[in-house]
Amino acid sequence: MKKKAKAIESAVHGVFLILGLITVGAVLLISIYLIISGIPAIKEIGLTHFLFGKEWAATEAEAKFGILPFILTSIYGTAGAVFIGTPIGFFTAVYLAKIAPPKLKHLVSSAVSLLAGIPSVVYGLVGMLVLVPAIRNIFHVADGASLLAAIIVLSVIVLPSIIKVSLTALEAVPKEYEEGSLALGSTSVETYFRISIPAAKNGIATAIVLGVGRAIGEAMAVIMVSGNVANMPNLFESVRFLTTAVSSEMSYVSTGSLHQQALFSIALVLFLFIMLINATLNFFLKKKKEG
Amino acid sequence: MVIGKVSKKRKVNIGAMKALMYASVFVTCALVVFLVGYILVKGFPNISWKLISTKPSYLSGDIGILPDILNTLYIILATLLVVLPLSVGAAVYLTEYAKNQKIVSAIEYAAETLSGIPSIIYGLVGMLFFCQFLNMKTSLLAGAMTLVIMNLPIVMRTTQESLKTVPQSYREGAFGLGAGKWRVIRTVVLPECVDGVVTGCILSVGRILGESAALLFTAGFAHTLNGVLKALTSSGATLTVSLYVYAKEQGEFEVAFAIAAILMILTLIVNLFADFAAWYFKRRKNI
Repeated sequence: MKKKAKAIESAVHGVFLILGLITVGAVLLISIYLIISGIPAIKEIGLTHFLFGKEWAATEAEAKFGILPFILTSIYGTAGAVFIGTPIGFFTAVYLAKIAPPKLKHLVSSAVSLLAGIPSVVYGLVGMLVLVPAIRNIFHVADGASLLAAIIVLSVIVLPSIIKVSLTALEAVPKEYEEGSLALGSTSVETYFRISIPAAKNGIATAIVLGVGRAIGEAMAVIMVSGNVANMPNLFESVRFLTTAVSSEMSYVSTGSLHQQALFSIALVLFLFIMLINATLNFFLKKKKEG
Repeated sequence: MVIGKVSKKRKVNIGAMKALMYASVFVTCALVVFLVGYILVKGFPNISWKLISTKPSYLSGDIGILPDILNTLYIILATLLVVLPLSVGAAVYLTEYAKNQKIVSAIEYAAETLSGIPSIIYGLVGMLFFCQFLNMKTSLLAGAMTLVIMNLPIVMRTTQESLKTVPQSYREGAFGLGAGKWRVIRTVVLPECVDGVVTGCILSVGRILGESAALLFTAGFAHTLNGVLKALTSSGATLTVSLYVYAKEQGEFEVAFAIAAILMILTLIVNLFADFAAWYFKRRKNI
């Protein structure tokens, strides 16, 4: 009887161990698949030609596979979105954490959660029908579908994560720090900006890095407003991101062609960017735990 | 509050900071109000019974989104059905069994990595692994499996948080009565972590509702009306994917806005549920 019970216990233990290791397996699966399917095209095209080639013409007779325009567009687009989204998100978070009356705080927090839950295709749709025509009319350009439109949409998309993570960080600042500053004669607003924010700086850095990750990985909203032409990045021209390069051509390439393999290589480059961002994120999280 | 004089320079600084804060809060709130208002106003007039109760017909040129609604429902159910045991099991392993710190940090690091990977990469790998390698073809099932991997870290995290709040004395009491480990987990620990599982499910539903990039290549974009089993093995568009197709490829903006309004209302409902669950479980724990 006892032997049987022991056998069941160790079987259960084994089952739970396997379930626990599924996440590790999934990460390995994704990494291996991307590397295996991404390497052949890079080998055939040549690493420097692939990464630094300025022209992407995959369907022409003399096909060119240079993804520098996509890489730069992704970097500029993400930087622009974080540049706009961070100050708005940051000041909103400070207000919510320190000044807002509880009821207003609850209301605005719910609104921010709603913003976080809106599907990205809905952002794309509104961007397509409101933002794109607005840019065309205001700046008198031929087509409003541009890097600028993508940056604005992305900054709305990163806003909720920046607000939420900074808010949590600011709320975790010990009350004693602020009371000390107030006792020394600072006003409350001075205390928030001189004491609370420096104390929460690692959390706020985490929020920004998370925002970078969201922006660089967004595909559907961007594909709907950026025009999707493989130009070198220009604020008022149609551009294509790393994500949209994959999603826009994947549905019609023939299986096994160099073109398809090149799309996998683009995904691999995107994946490496994300891994870099994850490493940065872990760095700040670790610092936050220590300090 | 402050005794004594505050210099003019400080006053200007404080005023500027306050102004920036008010302006930012205003921008954030205005954005939400505009987006919700615009979508509901543009979308509501286009929602009709006919739209949500029929399938698209090439003969009459009418568009109906019933298949898309059902596909969304099927994919949510299929995903939750698979992701729940997997992620709860993983969470139980981490909090109840794991002794080796290396394995724990490997699993947690993997979960963090998974939550950072963009959905387009999930879509690509899902297409390679589920559709091609496991030969599921482009089907709702392949889409659901891709979403399972995406949502694994979410449900795992919330379950783990709530398992950590189960008092150690509960376990010790059960062990003291002679129960084995599996029995303690089954009868004492698991019933106490319902709140984490429910919260994780609500978050996952929200994420699945909004997902499109991961489904484009795995679940496809067909609009045929099928029974549950047939639907799971054949290609089908969810609401978000069909919104994209109608808006970007077909220029049917009226239908797109109707779908957007439906999605907006569903998002609102999911958020309300999340708030309610948080409130309910907090109250229950305090009693």
